[in-house]
Amino acid sequence: MAILSLQSVSKSFGALKVTDDVSFDLNAGEALGIIGPNGAGKSTLFNLITGNIQPDRGRVLIDGQDVTRLPPMDRVRAGIGRSFQIPQPFGHLSVYENLLVAARFGGEIPASEAPGFCMDILSRTGLATVAEKPSGGLPLLQRKRLELARAMATRPRVILLDEIAGGLTDAECVELVATIRSIHAEGTAIIWIEHVLHALNSVVERLMVLNFGRMLMIGQPDQVMASPEVREIYLGIEA
Amino acid sequence: MTLNRNLGLCLAFLALTALYALPAIAPRAMVQDLFGILTLLVLAMNWNLLAGFAGLVSVGQQAFVGIGAYAMFAAIILAGLDPLVGVLIGGIAAALFAVPMAFFAFRLNGAYFAIGTWVVADIARLAISQWKALGGGTGTSLPKGTAKEMAFVDQIKELLDVSSAAAADALTYWLMLSLAVGVLIASYVFLRSRMGLGLQAIRDNENAARSVGVDPVKLKALVFLLTAFGTGLCGALAFIQITRVTPDAAFSVIDWTAFVIFITVIGGIGTLPGPIVGVAVFYLLQRLLADYGTIYLIVLGCLGIAVMLFARRGLWGLFIDRTGIDLLPLTHRPPRMVASRPAAHRRSA
Ligand SMILES: Nc1ncnc2c1ncn2[C@@H]1O[C@H](COP(=O)(O)OP(=O)(O)OP(=O)(O)O)[C@@H](O)[C@H]1O
Ligand SMILES: [Mg+2]
Repeated sequence: MAILSLQSVSKSFGALKVTDDVSFDLNAGEALGIIGPNGAGKSTLFNLITGNIQPDRGRVLIDGQDVTRLPPMDRVRAGIGRSFQIPQPFGHLSVYENLLVAARFGGEIPASEAPGFCMDILSRTGLATVAEKPSGGLPLLQRKRLELARAMATRPRVILLDEIAGGLTDAECVELVATIRSIHAEGTAIIWIEHVLHALNSVVERLMVLNFGRMLMIGQPDQVMASPEVREIYLGIEA
Repeated sequence: MTLNRNLGLCLAFLALTALYALPAIAPRAMVQDLFGILTLLVLAMNWNLLAGFAGLVSVGQQAFVGIGAYAMFAAIILAGLDPLVGVLIGGIAAALFAVPMAFFAFRLNGAYFAIGTWVVADIARLAISQWKALGGGTGTSLPKGTAKEMAFVDQIKELLDVSSAAAADALTYWLMLSLAVGVLIASYVFLRSRMGLGLQAIRDNENAARSVGVDPVKLKALVFLLTAFGTGLCGALAFIQITRVTPDAAFSVIDWTAFVIFITVIGGIGTLPGPIVGVAVFYLLQRLLADYGTIYLIVLGCLGIAVMLFARRGLWGLFIDRTGIDLLPLTHRPPRMVASRPAAHRRSA
């Protein structure tokens, strides 16, 4: 059974149709990439999956259970962890405390195990040295890492990553891909929105293309990338 | 840092010992004076939890003071219970009242929440004014000698070798002091707990907090109920000493909420020692300016405004920024060792 399903999900902001009849299934442990031009509705799709936004139509299911009416916190506990495209740290809390909140609430990790658990994630994401720093003062790149780390701390079965590779150097990008692969190797399913295609395609097994809120294609990355329609949309970016 | 902390703890311990010893050494008027100050401190610590940590800026805390006081009077006059039992009933009554109040007020946000709580408090005042058995709009007094017949008063009378009235004052004073210490310790433990961590996350970013599994409404409702209980206890205890209750006095927004907001803001909203600093400043100003009446209120107002403009986290926040000393820090420090990696935590499907 699919771990996550969207069934004919639609959402409009006023006259603007941002998500247009999107349906797909994600299997347990699968890695799915999402690409599409700016404003295509990628982040909105994440918000619909996590419950930060309610759809106008359609259903969201986790493990076959309808969660369309459930608030975000229930979906986290059901196993959906997310990062935000624009980092949203708990600014007055330290980096470590940001993870502690996620581990204790979303991850339901007992108090005795939480410190070791959080430190483990911090070292995996390269944040151990700034563990005690207030997260509000971090530079953008480290804020993005914190988004990844905090999502991991909720112990997700599906982790949603929204453009976390932008602006990285080649070496940093290689490191990030290795981290995401290790998450994947542990059996966590991944949905990754990314403009950095070579990083994305080195991880995902399937690729989805969104355009004007519609799912244009979904399939194997090389087939999707070979499609003329996709090449046309991506001409500006890939040229 | 640890030296400073130990020094701070020693000072706090000495101050506390002196405060507990006060009825044995100080004149009765001073005990009564400090009782009033401690009352404001307890209210301020509760309001600080509510507004400073849970983001619930209530202007209706007088509802809980009033209901606590009236429940206590009812327990004594109508049910013939000991005043100390009445105080407990006052706290419980306030917490019970907080349930329907939350249902109404939690539908509102920000300024609307503030006004909503005020309106509910005033409705409670009007409703209580209809309670004929407790004097209706003109209120009622405790039966003569109630305070002197409280449990423990005889023992205290012997211990301190004072009049019954002074012994009753000492008892209520000790109870209020203990309530203050209890609320402080409970707040600290609560804020350092998982729930306190969640509250701090909500304060920083509610949307992100929900996305890591924190339920803002649940946590805020819990704080609302707990502080209603603390405020109700405090109100009931305060009115044992006042011995007379009227709807206007028990539900006074000025006495039980406005001053309390000033104290918290001046001392440092969102910091645990803030209300203590605030109440000390308040007390000093009151003594210095006691003869000037209105001037006193004007100075207080100006000070409050100045702090809001120039030191958002109050005098205590200023002190932390200048010295780096934080006596009751809420931070969770990461463990030093990163020795053995625990086995990967996975959730089973
Ligand atoms: N809360 C909102 N209210 C109104 N319009 C919104 C809201 N959120 C998003 N939009 C609009 O919906 C459209 C899709 O936004 P979305 O953030 O999902 O795009 P995206 O594919 O993630 O883009 P990007 O690549 O720039 O991140 C945009 O035109 C955006 O302005
Ligand atoms: Mg986006």
